Amino acid sequence: MTAAIALHDVRRSFISRGGMFAPDRVVRAVDGVSASLDPGGVLGIVGESGCGKSTLARIILGLLPASAGEVLVEGRPLDALDRRKRARLIQPVFQDPFSSLNPRQRVRDIVALPLAAQGGVPAEERGRRVAAMLERVGLSAAMAERLPAELSGGQRQRVAIARALVLRPRIVVCDEPTSALDVSVQAQILNLLAELRRDLGLTLVFISHNLAVVEHIATEVAVMYLGRFVEQAPVEALFRDPRHPYTRALLASVLTPEPGKGIPEVGLGESYPDPANIPAGCRFHPRCPVAEGRCAEMAPVGVTQAGRMVECVLEG
Amino acid sequence: MSPVLEVSNLRVRFGQTAAVRGVSLRIQRGESHCLVGESGCGKSVTALAVMGLLARGAERQADVLRFHDHDLSQLNERGMSRLRGDKLAMIFQEPMTSLNPAYTIGSQMTEVLARHRRIDRRAARERAAELLGRVGITAPGLRLGQYPHQLSGGLRQRVMIATALLCDPELLIADEPTTALDVTVQAQILRLLQRLQRELGLALLLITHDLGIVARMAQRVSVMYAGQVVESAPVKALFAAPTHPYTRGLLECIPVPGTSRRDLPLGSIPGTVPRIAPGFVGCGFRDRCAQAAEVCAGTVPTQRMADDHAYLCRLAPGWSAAA
Repeated sequence: MTAAIALHDVRRSFISRGGMFAPDRVVRAVDGVSASLDPGGVLGIVGESGCGKSTLARIILGLLPASAGEVLVEGRPLDALDRRKRARLIQPVFQDPFSSLNPRQRVRDIVALPLAAQGGVPAEERGRRVAAMLERVGLSAAMAERLPAELSGGQRQRVAIARALVLRPRIVVCDEPTSALDVSVQAQILNLLAELRRDLGLTLVFISHNLAVVEHIATEVAVMYLGRFVEQAPVEALFRDPRHPYTRALLASVLTPEPGKGIPEVGLGESYPDPANIPAGCRFHPRCPVAEGRCAEMAPVGVTQAGRMVECVLEG
Repeated sequence: MSPVLEVSNLRVRFGQTAAVRGVSLRIQRGESHCLVGESGCGKSVTALAVMGLLARGAERQADVLRFHDHDLSQLNERGMSRLRGDKLAMIFQEPMTSLNPAYTIGSQMTEVLARHRRIDRRAARERAAELLGRVGITAPGLRLGQYPHQLSGGLRQRVMIATALLCDPELLIADEPTTALDVTVQAQILRLLQRLQRELGLALLLITHDLGIVARMAQRVSVMYAGQVVESAPVKALFAAPTHPYTRGLLECIPVPGTSRRDLPLGSIPGTVPRIAPGFVGCGFRDRCAQAAEVCAGTVPTQRMADDHAYLCRLAPGWSAAA
């Protein structure tokens, strides 16, 4: 089976200008990511802010070229596809439905735009498909005439999902799609995405800082730290038996609604990761609660076993 | 014992919106009280009304609005500003926007002391450094000379907490203090707040939308919806027997690691938080409630599960066990 998405050692760095007197700094935002996702799967990517997950999303969407490495979509290199073909294959849903929708366009036109940009779809047909898609994401026909400002956050995110799906893409990249929403609305949107994925056979890349949300929707989970996947596993295995110390720390910091349990001591210390200054050896060692002397010296190599990968010096 | 903060029947209106509709709260010394609900339910407006920081044009009324011996409803702006930052402190969600980017941490912290205490600059700086140490910041001397943009989000929130504590407040209001932070940093900041509260005997009013935070931080919880407290109880009682349909719906919406049933949809509440106009009668939740009946359009009774566990709903105590 050809993977829906295959990443081979994908890298992306940025130059951060230092100002008048400070030297420029190189930020290695994505620093050698490899992964493969089967059609119909959901790859959840979790990590703290600044770990490179949104940069990776933009690379997979073709919005940002990789500095090195290769992205294959259904077996074909992403950069060999022109914009229109790419748009028919992969579509995004972004975090903030307040800034990702044009405030001066009506919902009908926002959702029709991908069809219009592709060309070749008569206006009547466009209207039909937009109406069908709005209904599919749970928006009433009256909403088609509204402006984004007249909608709630959840309704806007439904519009963004309708726009992403109107070309019937095979892959949707969702970058923190529910982070700006209230929990009751978050649940509505998660249920909608799960249902659409099942009914339309979509492949999803689902980026979130919320492990509980990822557990609910993903089939595969990748834990990202300073530009690399440090652990990757099927969702049940990762949550049942997290291997990497960073994965364990992330899981320990989830506050479940259990009174009397107190706030966990996560053991990550006070230092904060800086992608412009990646530590030698294991990049996680300055914060790692179980680091040993050798962790500062040797860079870990990913060990793949029984369908899961861990990148830790202490592993195996 | 008289409470540190007592609020009774607080109402706030912004023109044609009734943002807070009869909120009552009592917070004792050393107690942590969580105000939980979704955006737009009136949590922050309640806090700002207590602090006297409502936007111009807002109308505030209350039967009781008392902080210690101060009747806040009678205090003018001058009197309020003497209290704020002194015995009555508040921290906000976004530590980047609540610190002034043009001044160093040190000058922003010592300004608070210059305002509220007769203290010379050197002593003020020492006090600021002491507080930075207390909130777990290493090398406080160095941090005092730095600007907000040189600090990470977690450090900035620690600076905000240290600044709030400079004058030994008796009540700290924290409005979503960890929402902008990563989960790992969130745990650190919440542990810090808990420790400081114990050490200093602080009363804490913590505003959050996250029931996970509520479960682990609160002694007492008030669930807000559409400008009202719809359920209020000690934390254990609330989670053991959530009774208002909104509280129950909110709990079902949260995915909990390890208990996720991936084959089933998550619980969700249909629709969104409504905007309530002045003069609104009946239950504000009825349009989204699966239990709604005709009587919900009329006056809603306050009922009790126990002496200290009240809720605002037509349904009798124990309805959920039968449902």
